[in-house]
This record gives sequence, C-alpha cells and structure tokens, in this order.
Amino acid sequence: MKHVIEGSHAISEAVKLARVDVVSGYPITPQTHIIEAISEYCANGEMKAKFIPVESEHSAMAAVVGAASTGVRTFTATSSHGLALMHEMLHWAAGARLPIVLGEVNRALGPGWNIWMDQSDSLAQRDTGWIQLYCENGQEAMDTTLFAFRLAELVNLPVMVVIDAFFVSHTFEPVAIPEQEHVDDFLPPYEPRIALDPDNPFALFQMAPPNVYMEMRQSIHRAMEHTLDIYHEVENEFDAVFHRRYGMIEEINCENADIILVTTGSATSTARQVQMDMEKQGERFGILKIKTFRPFPGKAICNALQKAKKVAVLDRNFSFGSGGIFAQEVKGALQVLSQGPVVFNYIAGLGGRDITPDIISEVYLKTRDRDLPPCGSEWLGTSPRDEN
Amino acid sequence: MGSPAVKKEVPVPHPLEDLVRMERIPHIWCSGCGTGSVFTACLTAMKNTGINYDDFAMVSGIGCSGRGAGYINIDSFHTTHGRAIPFATGIKMARPETNVIVFSGDGDLFAIGGNHFIHAARRNMDITVICVNNFIYGMTGGQAAATTPHEAKSSTSMGGNPESPFNLPLLAYAAGATYVARWTMLHSRDLADSIEEAINHKGFSFVEALSPCPINYGRRNKQKPLDTLREYHANTIIKNNADPGELGIDFKQKVILGKFVDIEKPSHDEQYHRLYHETSTKS
Ligand code: SF4
Repeated sequence: MKHVIEGSHAISEAVKLARVDVVSGYPITPQTHIIEAISEYCANGEMKAKFIPVESEHSAMAAVVGAASTGVRTFTATSSHGLALMHEMLHWAAGARLPIVLGEVNRALGPGWNIWMDQSDSLAQRDTGWIQLYCENGQEAMDTTLFAFRLAELVNLPVMVVIDAFFVSHTFEPVAIPEQEHVDDFLPPYEPRIALDPDNPFALFQMAPPNVYMEMRQSIHRAMEHTLDIYHEVENEFDAVFHRRYGMIEEINCENADIILVTTGSATSTARQVQMDMEKQGERFGILKIKTFRPFPGKAICNALQKAKKVAVLDRNFSFGSGGIFAQEVKGALQVLSQGPVVFNYIAGLGGRDITPDIISEVYLKTRDRDLPPCGSEWLGTSPRDEN
Repeated sequence: MGSPAVKKEVPVPHPLEDLVRMERIPHIWCSGCGTGSVFTACLTAMKNTGINYDDFAMVSGIGCSGRGAGYINIDSFHTTHGRAIPFATGIKMARPETNVIVFSGDGDLFAIGGNHFIHAARRNMDITVICVNNFIYGMTGGQAAATTPHEAKSSTSMGGNPESPFNLPLLAYAAGATYVARWTMLHSRDLADSIEEAINHKGFSFVEALSPCPINYGRRNKQKPLDTLREYHANTIIKNNADPGELGIDFKQKVILGKFVDIEKPSHDEQYHRLYHETSTKS
C-alpha cells in the first residue's frame, strides 16, 4: 500500500523492515529525520533494535563497526560535514569487510555554511571501499535501502544509500511500503562471515605489514568486482518479491539518440520531464541515469553510450583543479572505445541551487549546437564575476 | 476628530549597537529562547571590561548559539561542529594579546567537541568559554545531548533518556580550568559580571549559562518558557565556592549557581613564553 511519506522516512521505514539490530545516530541537517524516526521506533517497540545517540559522527561509525563485528545488522545515517568527520571510520568499515548500511543525504560542505543539495560530500568518499547507490526519489530510497542490506551481506562490503538533500530527503511522495513478510522473503536473517565469539576468539584490526596489506586491499577490489557480477541477480530476487528494479544504470530512450544526457539523483526526474517536453518540439535526446557509482559500472555505461555522438554529463559536484566527478568517470569508461562520443561536462546545482528544466534544456541545446566541448567543464547559471 | 499632534520620536540606539552587526538583525533565535539573553550578557561584559573591541575575537561552533559569532561586530569565526576551541587555541597561539571568547552550546562543546574542551582546560589556555546550556541539540530539532537530563524526552529519546548528563563545572574543574562559574540567563547581572571576570581572568575560564529551549526541549518535557524561568528563579541557590562534585543539575532539588573556581596558575602562553622565548633570548 502506498503512503505519503518524506524521503528520509522512506529510509527509516526500510531500516525498520530490515530488522536492524543496532543503530547509532548523531544529528545533522538534513539527515536527522532518518535517525529520529528510527529512535522513535526503538522507543515505542516497533523495532527491537538498540539505538545509541552518540557524541559525533566519527563515533557513530565507530559504534556500528563495533556492533557489526559481533555479527549483527547495523545502520547509521549522516550528511556533509558528518560524513567528512566519519571518513577515517569509513575506511575501517570497508577494510573490516563489514556490511554496514549508511543513509547519506547529499549536502554541501563549508565554509560558507550551506545545508543544501550537493554531491561533493559522498563523492569525496569514493576511495574508501564503500558501495555507493544514488536514488532519484522516495520509493527508490526505500527500495535501495532494503536492497543495500542484501547486497552488503552478500559481498561483505558496506553500502551507502545516497539521497538528495531536501529534494528527496524532505519531499513527501507516495511510497509503497512493503509488507514485513515480503521483506523477510527477500532479506533473510544476517549470517555473518565472521563475528566476535568468545569460543573462537578473533583479534580484529591488527597490524598489516607490507607482506599482507596489498592482498587485503585487493580483496576489497575483488569484492567490488563481484558486486558488479551479482548485482543483476540480486535485482532479480528483489524484482521477484517487490516487482520493481532500477539497474546500476537506467537508459531512458537512448536507442538511436545522438545526444545522451547523463544524470544522477533527483535531477533525473527533471530531465525526464524535459525529455518529454522537447520531444514534442521535435528535439530528441536520451538520458542515462547512473545509480551505482561504486563499483562504477564502466562496461554497462560504455555499452549504453557508445553509439551516441555526444554525451553531456551533468555534475552536481566538482573536483577542484579537475572537473565534474561523474564526467571524469564516464570519460574513463569510454577510453576503451576507439571512436567514442565526445563528452561535454556541465556543472549545475551546487549548494542547493535548483536544476531547473531550463538548465536541462540549456545543457541539451549547448551540446546540440557545438561540435566540441569547451576546454574543461562549463558552469551553468552562475552570475558573471571578475575572473580571479 | 482631530488627531493629537504626533511627537516625532527620536529612536534610541540599542546600548550594544556598537557591538552588533545590526544589518543581520532580526536574529534567528525563537521567541522564548534564552540564547539572546546570554549573548547580551556576553556583549555587556565585553563592554564593561573597557578593553578595546579590536582586542577581542569571538569563535562559535555549530548550533543556535553558534550563530552568535555572526551577530557580533568584531573579528569572529563560525567554525565547524565541536571545533570552536581548537580554532580559538590557534588564534591565541598566534596572537596571545587577543582576548578570545568561545561562545557556543552544550552539544557543540561537550559532545562532538568534548575532547577539545578538556585539553584546552588542561593547558590552561587563556581563553574564555561561554556555554549556553539548554540540555539539547536545539538547531537540529531537539535530539538527546551529553547534557540532557536523565529520563528527559528528546526526539531521540522518546522513551526517556537512559543516559546521565555531564556535570559541566565538575568536568571543567577536573580538567584544569582555573575559573569556573554557573548562572542562568535569568540572572543576567550576575551572568554578565561573571563573564566580565572570566574575560579578565588569566587562564582557562568557563561560564555555564543555563538557558531555555522552549521549542525543542521544553515542548517535549511539558515546560512552557515561563515555567523554565520560574524554575530558574525558585529552584536555584547561589553558593559560591561550592564543591564541584555537588553541581549535578536536578531541578527537583536546588540547582547550585555561583563561582566555584577562581585560582591563579600560569596560563599556557605565560608558560610557553617562559620556557621558550625567555630561554632563547638568554642563550
Ligand atoms: S531551537 Fe531552541 S535553542 Fe534554538 S533558537 Fe529555538 S528555542 Fe533557542
């Protein structure tokens, strides 16, 4: 049955349905609603989990690393500066191969305090060994959270479920909340690969000198590759129970499209609308939505884009001194083609600025009207200033 | 009906206007919030010291009280969550002549930033820390903090807080603070006088100011703004030099206010100067 709930609560509901055992939480806008709802479920008995309101995000991740090491299902959530503060512990969660699920609400980093949408926080964590799944709306946030627990526990890697600040986190939408029994069908009780056990004591997180460290890193890499291999299968399982699937990428009218726009998160919904509107005016472009950022589904993306003449990557993030992060990755994936499409990179919507239909149209028209992209990335919608 | 001649009123400037970025007023604090009163006490204290405003810097962390640094018209920093004290420490190291005031909240100073508080106190860093203690994370909507009373309700402890709060003056004293006081925002004169003393004190000084958050603490704990103020009036007792061990907050008994620690001990910059600068000039 569908309920009108906000994106944050779609995640909280999924955490409840996933029968999570330990949840830690530290407040930070715009994430706080996720952990508040969970703490309430714990207080009113809807959830049997233990909730700990820790003293910082660093402790939030450390606490779930500790809890997960005992072989229980764990969750925490954060955003922006909280995620940055967690950075050290993110490495520890992945390095210990613990299937922790983290709800992450994309928000800009300071200074210049800004609580609004921007992907720079999660993308800055791309090298920590976490799977990253980006969601377009409340339903996808709910489904992805359930999916994340299953995936994490199959590959023994932590998963970050990423939603847009406010555009998804605080937007109320109709969301189908699955029945507990269906969730139980999809998500069996967690069987840990290892767990602290006094009968068989482990010494976790010990020294890893040069003769073993590299193999440990390689095992994380292999688990990421394994994730790409089994993703489809896990989606089949999900689909069989819930009749929905999202794919690592979604191709929206990409067949025979000369221009394909690459999007992520809620901006994809705007792009879908613009695509329909422009089609009526005889203008045609495809949309490639990237959901899975880590592991990066390079092959699938390459297949989807190889026939296009031009690709326009819309980045809601920026890597200073380089360019939009999704554009970098897409370019990297296309390297294997001898004559791949030309990649244009547009930066828009940083720090909560809206990505309007007009911006999407501008992206399309600018790409259509030029043979080659300008050097570097192009920033849209900024006010003209003195260059310095 | 003839209207009486309207007397043209000359606007009376606010007595603290010279210290406030008036273009940023009105402030964000909710009606019934105590933060503004603590902030006023702080500005009044600064004014009363007679110290040139240019010789001050204010540092805030995150939270409702953290906005203070944005309203004061002197050099000020609105820093990251919990880190006001390390920023202040850096300023003091670079400019020992500056009077550095940290104006922040309990969540910021004692949870995410707790470690910094005890270390600055241990060093006897010559900074003044003012903590607006409203027992809750106000800005993010009222989650349980390190100061939330046992069994109190918050948005993350709807079944009552299973944890116990810090006794902040005891913590400050144990960590090495050389000036420690507690007032409520209702005791505005005492609070301002105490902050003035804290600024003039050489070494790490800490003033805790109890302050209502009717929106995010009072509401869930069945306390109207005026009830809290009545409590501040009726259920507090001034007991200077009280044993810091007795200073746990329980409004069912009397909450102790006053000045508890005021000792002379060389501050970090004095020690540093003696051990490094004086020795190097000698050799
Ligand atoms: S939320 Fe609470 S602390 Fe913050 S301004 Fe409102 S009343 Fe004050």
